[in-house]
Amino acid sequence: MVSNDFSNDIQSKMSTKIVIAGGFGAGKTTLVGSVSEIPAVTTEAVMTEASVDYDDTSATPLKTTTTVAMDFGRITVDRQLIMYMFGTPGQARFWFMWDDLVRGAVGAVVVVDCRRLAESFDAVDYFETNRRIPYIVALNRFDGRLDFTAEQVREALEIGEDVPIVDFDARDRSSGGMVLKTLLRYALSTNAAAQPVG
Amino acid sequence: MSYRRRRSTRIRPYTFTGGRTRSRHPLMVQTLVSTADPSNDPPPNLMPESQRIYLLCRETRSVAEVAAELDIPLGVAQVLLSDLAELGLVYIHPTITGSSPSENQVLERALRGLERLFQ
Repeated sequence: MVSNDFSNDIQSKMSTKIVIAGGFGAGKTTLVGSVSEIPAVTTEAVMTEASVDYDDTSATPLKTTTTVAMDFGRITVDRQLIMYMFGTPGQARFWFMWDDLVRGAVGAVVVVDCRRLAESFDAVDYFETNRRIPYIVALNRFDGRLDFTAEQVREALEIGEDVPIVDFDARDRSSGGMVLKTLLRYALSTNAAAQPVG
Repeated sequence: MSYRRRRSTRIRPYTFTGGRTRSRHPLMVQTLVSTADPSNDPPPNLMPESQRIYLLCRETRSVAEVAAELDIPLGVAQVLLSDLAELGLVYIHPTITGSSPSENQVLERALRGLERLFQ
């Protein structure tokens, strides 16, 4: 009986992923760390500078390879469901890696440091252009203050009308949790909108 | 009885993979993997790295966690894991991407879970 329970348990587990993007030093790793049940883990990925399908594992010698580090954290949502948060590499030159990370994600959070808005433009632009997954913008409240209103940031970074913008404190666990909940609610609402009637 | 039990353990790994291949069920960084039959030792003909993965996956883990714990690049972990899956030794768990409305139930469950965890 015990082994039966175990195998049922094994089979029913599933996972999901949220991408945490944003400019260098915007607070991505801080957010991952504050909501994660494990200390944020850094892992290395060797990436090629061209998008690679999962089927294509053949090495093409002409492609440039780069090693990038990314951080991730974990939340056990319930007995069967585990949610992972993956922080994208901050440097814009690693944009090619985002495709791989973003594929299969439920949604993304773009963390923005209001003192350095320009740093976040690449990340916002990436998700605005693709629109493959729902994303929200989270304004990190450094020193407890925000230099711009959400609407000023929306205009400056050309964020779509429907994209939620929230302000939060990346160091604060419940504030980070609020960001994740906002993203999930938004993802659910976009799914509902896309659902055919009947 | 004992015949039955032995038979079921022999079949189980193949049931677990259910013909899933790399192309149909891509191993993403968040994909959970677990050893199909944790009570068995790793087959002796496996490469040392694959044996370590096999043993590690006796507890369900994500691809990213396997890579981080064994200190190997993600891509290497993905290839070794998909080989193990094709041998029927490792079970690849479903990944919820939220891209189809049929997954909304799971997303709602995730939201409820977060509401419980972050009040």
